[in-house]
Amino acid sequence: MRFLNILGSKLLNVAQGLGEMLELLCQTLYYFKEAPRNLTSILRQMNLIGVGTLPIAMLVALFVGMVLSVQTGTELALYGSQEAIGAIVGVSMVKELGPVMTSLLVAGRIGSAMAAEIGAMQVYEEIDALKTLEISPVRYLAMPRLIACLFCVPALVVFAIIVGIIGGGVVAEVNPKINVPFSVYYDNMIRALSYKEVFKGLLKAMVFGGIIGHVGCYIGFKTSGGARGIGESTTRSVVLSFLLIMVANYLLTRFMI
Amino acid sequence: MTHSDKNSKNGHFLNGLNPLGSLWTKLAHGFSPSILEGDNCQSGYEGSSGVSIKIKDLNKSFGDNHVLKNINLTIEPGETFSIIGPSGTGKSVLLKHIVKLENADSGQILINDHDVSKTESINAKRSYRYSMVFQSSALFNSLTVGENVGLWLREKRICGEARIRRIIREKLDLVGLAGKEELRTSELSGGMRKRVAIARSLAMNPDLILYDEPTAELDPVTSDELARVIMSLKEKVKLTTVIVSHDLSFALYLSDRVAMMHDGEIIAVGTPDEIKKSQNPIVRNFIYTTTKGIQEEGK
Repeated sequence: MRFLNILGSKLLNVAQGLGEMLELLCQTLYYFKEAPRNLTSILRQMNLIGVGTLPIAMLVALFVGMVLSVQTGTELALYGSQEAIGAIVGVSMVKELGPVMTSLLVAGRIGSAMAAEIGAMQVYEEIDALKTLEISPVRYLAMPRLIACLFCVPALVVFAIIVGIIGGGVVAEVNPKINVPFSVYYDNMIRALSYKEVFKGLLKAMVFGGIIGHVGCYIGFKTSGGARGIGESTTRSVVLSFLLIMVANYLLTRFMI
Repeated sequence: MTHSDKNSKNGHFLNGLNPLGSLWTKLAHGFSPSILEGDNCQSGYEGSSGVSIKIKDLNKSFGDNHVLKNINLTIEPGETFSIIGPSGTGKSVLLKHIVKLENADSGQILINDHDVSKTESINAKRSYRYSMVFQSSALFNSLTVGENVGLWLREKRICGEARIRRIIREKLDLVGLAGKEELRTSELSGGMRKRVAIARSLAMNPDLILYDEPTAELDPVTSDELARVIMSLKEKVKLTTVIVSHDLSFALYLSDRVAMMHDGEIIAVGTPDEIKKSQNPIVRNFIYTTTKGIQEEGK
C-alpha cells in the first residue's frame, strides 16, 4: 500500500511538472511578440550563449571528428575500404554528433548557468520585485533566453560540423594507417551528404536549443530554499536537459528518417 | 503594452533627440520608441493619490502551518500604517497578499473597493500603482543603480529617455544617493541597497507603497533619514504607506496607526499612543522589552 502511495505521488509530481513546463512554454511563446522591444537582452544572451560557447564547442567537435576518423578509419583500412571515411565522418557529424554533442555542451555550460541565475533571482526575491514592478518575469527573463538558445545552438552546430569534418579529414590524411588524401575524403563526404540531411541536423539542433533554454528557465523559476536550492537547480537542469535531449533525439530521428 | 500607442502621440517627434546620445541609449535600452519623445510623461504618472485597503477574513496556510488567521484590517487612503510584531508571525506574508505575490485560502482584500484576489493575471490593468520595498532589497544585480531605479519607467515606456534620467536623479537625490547612478549594485552596502530599492519604488510614483522591514539593515542614522524621507513623502504626496517592521520606535514615530500581529492574528489596532497604553499583556510584553523597547511613561 505504502509503495503504491509513493508511486502515485511521484507520478502526480511528474504530471504536475510537465503541466507547469507546458504552461511556461506557452507563456514564453506568447511573449515572442515582444521580441523586437527586448532586442538588447536577446543580443546579450546570444553573445553569452553563441560567442561564449564557440571556442569550446569547436575544440570538442575537432577532437570528436578526429577520434571518429581514427577509430573507423583504422578499422576500414583492414578491409581496404578506407575511402568511405569521408562519408562516415560527414554523415555522423551532421546527423548525430554535431547536434547532440554541441547541445550537451551548451546544456552543461549555459543551461546550468541559466537555472542558477534565475534560481538566485527567485531566492533573493528579485522575481517578486519584477512582479511588483508589473514586469512579467517570463517576458523579461525567459523569452530572451529561449530565443537566443533557439538560434545560437544551430549556429554553433554549423561551426562544430565544419570543424569536426576538417579534423577528421586531417587525421585521415596524416595517419599512415588510413592515408586517405583530403580531396578524396572531401569528395566522398559531399557525395554522401545532401542539404536535406544538413537541414535535418540543424532542425534537431534548434529543438535541442529550445529544450536547453526552456529547461534552464523552468528549473530556475521553480527554485526554492536558499543557496542549497540554487545548487540543486543547477544539477537538475543539466540532468533534465540531457534526458530530454536524448529522448527528443530518438523521436526526431525516428520520425525524420 | 497599450501605453506605447498612447505614448507616440505625446510630444514632438524630435524632442530630446540628440544624435549621439540617442544612438547610445537606443543601443543600451533597446529600440523602443520612448527615446523619440521629449519631456511628456504618460498621463496619470504625475501625482499619486492614496488608496484604501480593506482586508476581510483573510486566511492562509502553508501545509499545516496556519500563518494568517482571520485577518480583518482597514487602512484609510493616505494613511501611514505599520504592522508590528515579533518575527515569524506572518507580517511579511500579509504584505505579500496585498501585492498579490501570494493567494489567500479564503477572505478578501479590497483595494479602492476592488477585490485584488479576483484579478487573475499580474498584468491585469489596475487603476492604482503600488510598489514594494523588499526586506532583501531585491535589486537586480545585472543592472547599475540608475538602471534599477529606471527599470519600470523604461520597460513601461512612461517617459522620454531624458526625462527618465532626470527622474532617476531626483529619486536618488531623495534617498541621499545623488550621483551614484553608474555604480554596480554589488558595490553597495546593505543600507545603500535598501535606499536604492526605495528609490526604485518611488520612481513609480506609487499610490501605495509597502515596506517590508525597511530598517532591518540600516544603522540608526540612516533609519532616521529614511523616516524623514517617508515623512516628507507623506507631506508632498498623498500616498498610502504600509510598513511591516519589528523596529518599534521607527514604526511608532512614523505611523498614523499601528496594528500589532501575534501568531497570525491582529491583536491590537490603534494610534501609536493607544498602542503604548494598551493593556493587552502580549502588546505590553512586546513594547516594553528591556533591551530595545520604549520606556513606559512615568517610570
